[in-house]
This record gives sequence, structure tokens and C-alpha cells, in this order.
Amino acid sequence: MIEVKGLSKRFGTTQVLTDINAVFQKGKVNQIIGKSGSGKSVLAKCIVGLHVPEEGQVLYEGRSFHDMDRDEKKLIRQEIGMLFQGSALFDSLTVLQNVLFPLQMFATMSKSEMEDRAHTCLKRVNILEKDHLFPAELSGGMQKRVGIARAIAMNPKYLFCDEPNSGLDPQTSIVIDDLIKEITEEFGTTTIVITHDMNSVMETGENIIFIHHGRKWWEGGKDDLLNSDNKELNEFIFAGGLMRQVKKAMTGRS
Amino acid sequence: MGIIGHIGRYALLLKETFSRPERATIYWRRTLEEMDLLGLKSLGIVGLLSFFMGAVITIQTKTNIDSPLIQAWVVGFATRQSTILEFSPTIIALILAGKVGSNIAAEIGSMRVKEQIDALDIMGVNSAGYLILPKILASMFINPFLVMVSMFLSIFGGYIAGTATGIVGSTDYLQGIQTNFIPYHITYALIKTVVFAFIIATVSAYQGYYTQGGTREVGISSTKAVVYSNVVILIVNYALTQLLLI
Repeated sequence: MIEVKGLSKRFGTTQVLTDINAVFQKGKVNQIIGKSGSGKSVLAKCIVGLHVPEEGQVLYEGRSFHDMDRDEKKLIRQEIGMLFQGSALFDSLTVLQNVLFPLQMFATMSKSEMEDRAHTCLKRVNILEKDHLFPAELSGGMQKRVGIARAIAMNPKYLFCDEPNSGLDPQTSIVIDDLIKEITEEFGTTTIVITHDMNSVMETGENIIFIHHGRKWWEGGKDDLLNSDNKELNEFIFAGGLMRQVKKAMTGRS
Repeated sequence: MGIIGHIGRYALLLKETFSRPERATIYWRRTLEEMDLLGLKSLGIVGLLSFFMGAVITIQTKTNIDSPLIQAWVVGFATRQSTILEFSPTIIALILAGKVGSNIAAEIGSMRVKEQIDALDIMGVNSAGYLILPKILASMFINPFLVMVSMFLSIFGGYIAGTATGIVGSTDYLQGIQTNFIPYHITYALIKTVVFAFIIATVSAYQGYYTQGGTREVGISSTKAVVYSNVVILIVNYALTQLLLI
């Protein structure tokens, strides 16, 4: 479980996040949603320690990340897997080498055990046959799958996914969403997905946090989402006609 | 950010770079790869430049001291001294700042904008150490070899140019390059080379590591890496020369 308490972050004079409080539960797909520029990616980067907040705390199983010393932070980070918006695969390494990378850096396994583990992860995301290719030779969806395989290589307790569906076609998006949901259930990870894709929210969202102008504006499950009377949230989710039709079909109200 | 801010951030980056590596074997393997990429792949351009540099030094020296009062072997002597003391260590360093420095800044800058450095940090890898330390070690190890090759080819280029054009005889040139040879000058040149290699690798890596934005900014970082490396090399060259030769 990850808890965020009173977190605020600014860059220069620009206040990006203000007093964010949230609990991200274990074994669930927790989602942070919001418009572009609302501060959701900055929140995720504060949680994983890439940004240091001016105020507030991030607690991993009750332990404050920012109060940990360098070695403790390193240990926590080895329990974090992250899927980046652009996949962030290492260009000069093959698919297999990308997945092997965290294992070679930290795992205390033999070479053959590492390769077995990497193959298992690649098989889990259905991309084992591409293990000899370089990232540039893969499609966006395949790169995301490799990103997921790399993220789960170390058996993470915490899985972060930043815009996992960006740039993907609807079918591939569903594949990636399903994969994230299955892995969360299978490994019991605390998963945090940053997204503004409403299909993904309706597909996988269990605990949803809506960020608006750097503040937590709303929190709930996907079932509450369509019936909320929060004006800003409704403006966000019903910006497209499709979601209005979904609501009408599900509730009979427009 | 002002110059003091940059110096402070550069110092902090170096501290991070030289902190304990996660897996020494991986760093060592990367250092060998960087030696090939940054050093051996520069051998062609270094050789070509050095040969013609030596040829030009010889012709210009002869043109400038064309007097019956000056002995013919002085051309070879001047070519050797210019090459060893200044041209090979400094000019080659400036060339490498252009070739290798821009490569380092572009590579690390691209990794920054593609979030690959964030990925390393999140895994718990010391990204500065993993990316920069092998480049520093590789450059400091391989550049002295490049400069020694450069010295040889420059003096050889001078010999070919001098004898082919007939401005200096073979015997005179060979006598010149052996006259008053001071081995310490080689040491001085190699000390400069190692220091310049450190400057090229670290200044360029600094520019790449703190790139913000997109591909345009990666290009700007590359340019800055070359310009700042050159400026620092020239300033440090003066300081080292005063320190080591006077």
C-alpha cells in the first residue's frame, strides 16, 4: 500500500500540486486521471521519488520515502516497476537485454536463471518471439509490452504505468489494459495508472483519483464515476460524445 | 542558472558519478565498449588530421625561418616540438571535443528526453555513475594512445611533406627530430591529454544529463558541450602549461 499525505509540489513559482492526500491499495488498479497539465504525472514522479515535494510525505507500507537514506531508497526502488509513456526502453539493447537489465544490476541469480526469468516475463506479455529485436524495430504496442516485461522482471511490489495507452490503437489499448489488470491480480502489486483514457478507466479502474488544477478533486470507483455530480469531473469524462452514450445506456439518463 | 549554479551542479554530478557502482563487472564491460566507441572509432580522423597537421607545420616552419643563418635540421626540431608540446595534445583534444563530446551529450541527452534516465533511477540504478563513469574512464585511458599515434603521424607527415617538396632533406629532418629531445615533454603532453579527456567526458555528459525538452534541446546540449569543452580545455591548457613547463 502507498499513502500520500499532504503532498505539494511547485516548480519555481508555479504551484503544480497542492495538498494531495490519497491511499493506493494493494492488489488493485489505482488510477490517477485528469486533463493534460493537471499534475498527474508530476504526482506519480513525486511518489516514485523522481521529484522531491516541498511539503508532504509518501509512505510505502507506512515508511516515509523521503526520510529514507540512500540505501533504503535503493531497496524500495528495486521493488518498483514502471511503464513509461514512451516505454523508455534502452535503444542500444535488444528486447531480451532490456528485460535482463534490472536482473543483471540487482538480482542474485545465475546467468541461466536470469535468462529464464526474462523469458518468463516476455512470455507473460506474449512477445517472447521478438526477444532478439531492438526497440526501434517494434511497434508502439510491442514496446509497451516489453516495458511491462521489464517492469515486472524483479517481481515488483509496486507497479506504475504512465499513460500506458497513449499512441496505441483501441484494440492494443485493451490488450495492455488487460495485461496490467491481470498482472496486478497475479502478483498482488499496488498498481498506479496515470491516464486520461476513459476506456481504460472504465475497463480497469478500481480506485480512481481525479486531479484538477493540481488538487485532488474527486475520488471513487468506476461505478461512481458516471453518477458523480462533480462539475469538473463531468466536464472531463463527458467531453466526448461516446461517454455520454455509455452513461445513457447504463443509467438511462443523459 | 548562473555560472556558480552550473559549477555547483557539475560538482554534485561528479560526486554522484564517482559513488560506488552497483555491479563493477557491468561498469567494466561498459568501459570497454566506450573505449571502442569513443577511442578506437576516432583513430581514423585523428590519424588523418595529424598527418596533414605535421605536413603543414613543416612547410610553414620552413617558410618562416628560411634564412642561411638557421640550420636545416631546425625544421624537424620545430615540427617535433610543436607537435609534442601543443598540436597533438591540444588540437586533438579540441577535435575530440567536437566528435566525442557532441556524441556523449547527444546520447545522454536523448536518454534524458526519452525518460530512459528516469527508468534507470526508478530501478535504483545510479544513472550518473552507470552512464558517465565508463565514458570518463574510457576517455582517460584511450586518449593518451590516440595522442601518441597523433604525435607519430604528425612528425611522419612533416617528414613526407618536407622530403617530397624538397624543402628539407631526409637526413636534416631526422637529425632535427632527435636533437635536444626532452622525455619530460612527452609526460607533459600526456598529463594534458588525460586532463583534457576528463574535461571532454564530464562537461559533455553534464550538458547531456541536464537536457530538458525534446530533440531541439538535445541539439542545443550537443553544441554547448562542444563549445564549453573547448573553452575549458583552452583555459586549463594555459594553466597546465604554466604549472608544468615554467
